[in-house]
Amino acid sequence: MKFKPRHLVFMIIVWSALQAQGSGWKSLSEDGLHDPANPAIELLQQPAEALSQLPPDTVGNRVLWNRALREQYIQPRTNIYPETKIEIIDMDIIMEKTGEMPLVLFPHRPHTEWLDCTNCHDKIFIEKVDANPVNMFAILSGQYCGQCHGAVAFPLTECNRCHSVPRSTFAGKPGVQSRTN
Amino acid sequence: MIQMIMLSTMNALNNIIGSGRRLLLIGLAGLGATGFSSGVSAEYADVVLNRLSDKNDVRPVIFPHWFHRIRFRCKVCHNELAFEMRAGANEITMGKIIDGQYCGLCHNNEVAWGVDNCSLCHSGKPGLKTGIRGSNQTGGPGRW
Repeated sequence: MKFKPRHLVFMIIVWSALQAQGSGWKSLSEDGLHDPANPAIELLQQPAEALSQLPPDTVGNRVLWNRALREQYIQPRTNIYPETKIEIIDMDIIMEKTGEMPLVLFPHRPHTEWLDCTNCHDKIFIEKVDANPVNMFAILSGQYCGQCHGAVAFPLTECNRCHSVPRSTFAGKPGVQSRTN
Repeated sequence: MIQMIMLSTMNALNNIIGSGRRLLLIGLAGLGATGFSSGVSAEYADVVLNRLSDKNDVRPVIFPHWFHRIRFRCKVCHNELAFEMRAGANEITMGKIIDGQYCGLCHNNEVAWGVDNCSLCHSGKPGLKTGIRGSNQTGGPGRW
């Protein structure tokens, strides 16, 4: 078989993917943050020990945290105080002002599994469709979705996880899609 | 020999720019991302807290989000406990922790280890700057 330029490109892509997969989790003493001279470091749990047991991802902690929660790999507590009210909202919002990118589908459900309504409303997002001038520059500088995404939730390299609804196939109306809860 | 390889690579690249520029860009972007992330070794979303530690001759605190997230949902600390979502924005002191505020709601020898285990939390290299680490994969301006 003749070696063609596109084979080289393919090899580069595969190699990049393998690199990303193989890098694994650094041990605490090699992570650049923990002081290896601290004897107590041996008592701390290593990331690889915990995270390798969870559904794998290619970015962030290399864990699909929503799947880990949904499929009960983890059962994190929802509250400490018994009187704290736990609200899960099952409502999607479609955002259409995305330029040429696919539309953004924001699912309340996974967000409210982790967060309380007051974490976002109205500190970060006014609770009204079209009231928030969300844009990628603001997000990249740590505002709106960027308060968490890019810092603690999946990173901003993963465009299609939010921009997930193709313009060509979406026939509905943007904004609130359903409310079952 | 090396020149020949370089020449053939150049030719190959020229062809690619003609025929598959998008693929090449994806490949290069992949390479770039890989190179960049390998330079970042802290676990994603680790937080360094060094508002007071260095000044008081103890190691800075390393807060691992991944460890806590397995056990608690975000809302426990960021709603019930009122931790601001901005590294360094919370005026945490050992006095407040002993009083049961901030980390002290759990780190009290009941839910989690207590304040007598200094070096389990104060485990960072001296001189680290307060902030979120391991997360700057986008290279955006960021203000975490």
